[in-house]
Amino acid sequence: MTLINEVIAHYNYWITIFLMVSGLYIVVAKSNMIKTLLGLAVFQTSVYLLYLSPGKILGGTPPILDEGFTVYSNPLPHVLILTAIVVGVATLALGLALVVRVNEAYGTIEEDEIMDVVDREDHAE
Amino acid sequence: MSEPVHLVDHLPALQVVVPLLGAVLAAIVRKGALAWLVTLAVTWTMPVIAFALLHEVLVNGTISYALGGWAPPAGIEYRIDQANAFMLVLVSIMAALVTTYSPRSVASEIAPERQGWYYCMFLLCLAGLLGMAITGDAFNVFVFMEVSSLSMYVLIALGRDRRALVAAYQYLVIGTIGATFYVIGVGLLFTMTGTLNLVDIAGRLEAVESTRPVIAALAFIGIGIALKLALFPLHLWLPNAYAYAPSAVTAFIASTATKVAVYLLLRFFFSVFGIDIAFGDTNAATMVLVLAVLAMVIPSLVAIFQTNVKRMLAYSSVAQIGYIMLGIALVSQTGLTGGISHLFNHAIIKGTLFLAIGCMVYSTGITRIEQMAGIGRTMPLTMGAFVLAGLGLIGIPGTAGFVSKWFLIMGAVEQGLWWLVAVIVFSSLLAVIYVGRIIEIAWFREPVAAAASPRKPPVEMLAVTWVLAAATVYFGLNTEITAGVAAQAAELLLAGYR
Repeated sequence: MTLINEVIAHYNYWITIFLMVSGLYIVVAKSNMIKTLLGLAVFQTSVYLLYLSPGKILGGTPPILDEGFTVYSNPLPHVLILTAIVVGVATLALGLALVVRVNEAYGTIEEDEIMDVVDREDHAE
Repeated sequence: MSEPVHLVDHLPALQVVVPLLGAVLAAIVRKGALAWLVTLAVTWTMPVIAFALLHEVLVNGTISYALGGWAPPAGIEYRIDQANAFMLVLVSIMAALVTTYSPRSVASEIAPERQGWYYCMFLLCLAGLLGMAITGDAFNVFVFMEVSSLSMYVLIALGRDRRALVAAYQYLVIGTIGATFYVIGVGLLFTMTGTLNLVDIAGRLEAVESTRPVIAALAFIGIGIALKLALFPLHLWLPNAYAYAPSAVTAFIASTATKVAVYLLLRFFFSVFGIDIAFGDTNAATMVLVLAVLAMVIPSLVAIFQTNVKRMLAYSSVAQIGYIMLGIALVSQTGLTGGISHLFNHAIIKGTLFLAIGCMVYSTGITRIEQMAGIGRTMPLTMGAFVLAGLGLIGIPGTAGFVSKWFLIMGAVEQGLWWLVAVIVFSSLLAVIYVGRIIEIAWFREPVAAAASPRKPPVEMLAVTWVLAAATVYFGLNTEITAGVAAQAAELLLAGYR
């Protein structure tokens, strides 16, 4: 029972780990460039949770100074993750833009098909 | 009454802010030539600031700058000591030289309407790299890492060949995984210590030493940065990225981007975690040693069989990163001196090689090694610089490469690792083969086709290439500067932040 309680008590970490691993799996397993980028986005998003969940303090209020409240949640992770979200959006946008250009240049967004073409070009060089 | 603002007091911030604003300005002016002038002005300001900071550090010791006036550890601290002051000098000088080199090279390789954006991205990349080196805040490192990486993906994608797009995409995926690993590691450290200031983390780690999350953080940060610095076998993004990026970009990122990542790894392993945690109970030193040895041998072998000269040099870069990592793995004053001086020397050598190839691409459009037959006879100045730097890559006495390899060998001997000496020599012999192959083809064969009638390379491209080639020899003969500097940085790193 204690083991189960232990697992349940840390459910936020389990969700984080699940998202992290599934995101990374999609990146590795998928050949479709857009799916890979979506996996990458899931992977990055899992990190937001890793930062945010320890910042929440049980019974804590939002970090605004006021009489009558003494326990506050840690505001720093939110600020950090706001930055990380911007970085994530920029990465995804740039990645998708590259995929558009790749599609124009190769006529496909399947990475293994493109790699075949690239290998042929390398050898024909 | 507000305090008068002294510009000199704010040099650490200006080091990053000036290229950041320059990037915006370059994007606004749009026109290639104007954007180049902006970039030129900015990149030649950078070494001035970097040298001023270096001077300040050498005279008065470590500089701590509170960004925006928020005192560390709560605010972001820019912290400059011997180790990163030299990184700033290296990165800013390489940026200035490459910018001086680049206008006609860029004009011949990139469409006119994209040249303004090229210079914008170049300056953003520079700002990111300088920021990574200067900051003393773990999360700020991540932000600058992404600024430099995202702009680098764009720079690579600007290459003429359509394969540049695929290379940039693959680098984006791998680079983002690396950066995310790094943030996970920092997140774990933040959870354990409640701070992001590197000095502060180092201090508070003593209380939580060797608990499992700290080791996990070490692993995440180590692997994340290893992806960025292309440690074998995590180097897969590098060869194509270097091969298909525009010539000036390849020269710039080959001599700076991986080097700044190595600096970060040094900073985390030695200063933040400290030798006790990083190399005490973990097998990190052995692991890095094994990977360094593999990196010195396997990519060197692969380099021998390349048909594209830029790709060959890229594989050679992966091998040279092996040497630098070897210096880290030895965890000794001599070894680290060798590693850090090789970081510096390799930046100069590989910069020269890629710039010389850039001249060749400009004059002939050749990138295949076979087509280079006789090019030494028709372009003696360009290939002369190539040969000089090639000798440095091999580590011939009298060139910069010899000095750092000498320190690495001494470091290995100190610990009685004689087999390691053999590996270093063997890897250098492999370099003899792949450099010698180019020299043989370029100088001892009759020029044919494109190599027979090259157009004259522009004087500024040749001049910059030769400045760096001369530096390869200069730092080989005058060892005091690089080795002295590297020894100081090594001492500082080994002492840690505590």
